[in-house]
Amino acid sequence: MLDIATAYNKYKFLGNDYLTWIWFLIENSRNISSIIHSKDIITLEIGNSIVLENHLGDKSKEIITIKGDQAGLEEGTTALKKGAFVTKINLICKINEDKYKFTINGESFNITGLKTPKSDLSKNEDEIEGFILENAFFGFKIYEVIDSLFLKYIEQRTSDDWNSKGLQDIKNWIRSF
Amino acid sequence: MGLLSSTHSITRYHIDGKIDTSVNEEIRAALIKYSIPVIENKYDEISAGWTPVESPYNPDFENFSFKFGTYFVFSMRIDKKTIPVKLVQKYMALEIEKKKKKSGRSFISKNEKSEIKDFVIDLLMHKIPAVPNIYEILWDYEKKNIYLYTTQKAANEFFETLFLKSFKLKPVRLFPYTLIETKSSFSNPVKDKIMALTPLKYLR
Repeated sequence: MLDIATAYNKYKFLGNDYLTWIWFLIENSRNISSIIHSKDIITLEIGNSIVLENHLGDKSKEIITIKGDQAGLEEGTTALKKGAFVTKINLICKINEDKYKFTINGESFNITGLKTPKSDLSKNEDEIEGFILENAFFGFKIYEVIDSLFLKYIEQRTSDDWNSKGLQDIKNWIRSF
Repeated sequence: MGLLSSTHSITRYHIDGKIDTSVNEEIRAALIKYSIPVIENKYDEISAGWTPVESPYNPDFENFSFKFGTYFVFSMRIDKKTIPVKLVQKYMALEIEKKKKKSGRSFISKNEKSEIKDFVIDLLMHKIPAVPNIYEILWDYEKKNIYLYTTQKAANEFFETLFLKSFKLKPVRLFPYTLIETKSSFSNPVKDKIMALTPLKYLR
């Protein structure tokens, strides 16, 4: 295994490319459950923020942040057309009847602001164990989706037909704006 | 934004290695050994240690559980003293006046000012109480995963150091590369392919 700091910087693009692919999946109504072979009914939607980054020729970079419940994504799609990629995205994930909302960072896979389904349990002494286990379970469910989808993405990206199929589909989507 | 809050922020780690002897007992012993001191050391600017999730201000692992279901759950508490700049300015002004009166001079040198500043910071550091910050940790020992309920850089770094010191196990932060290395079943040839990937260009 490479040195952790080196690996983080060298391969952070994998996470950013992955988030860009997630946006593509959502916009093209791809079936998440079938991609990751899950028995659960899983859907993803873009939440209320998305951050993109575009590396300009002179070593500088442009950061495009779209925020707000009613914000349109036109600026984001224009940025994609100019060569930008997603670095952070707020997602709404539904797993069967349960709704989760969170922001995921591409390079670190850190999750912030995770809102999970409402629990009936409380932090009282007699319910604390159930409360902790339920909250933990909610976190596991989200990481299960993120990890499985990421490994599927990597599987596709290293497959022989990636350039002619997977990548081409994303390019066609970006050209369609 | 912790495990007990309505919203969570999470950093994940992979734990390389296992505890050789009795897992429960080893973990309990390490949590007690490296728990946050009950009485704060008034000379420490910062101190960090473990405490039970149900008892953040009383690190009593004899009476509070650190095992919930099959997981180890506990908190890291970081107590930090922060002196407000304005307080330093006030005490400096007072000390400078005292010095001027005592020496009978109308000015004091740069060196003297610097000495006064050190003295004031030292004085305030002993007087001011430390502010506690609490971060929950969930350790899924069987799956070698740790969930640290914060994404703050300083807390992450404290956690990594304290965890290694306590349990002699290295927590490896999970991000795209380490996820592939530690949690995937990709064969070595596929891993070689992944390592040769470069950022996508969508324009060409």
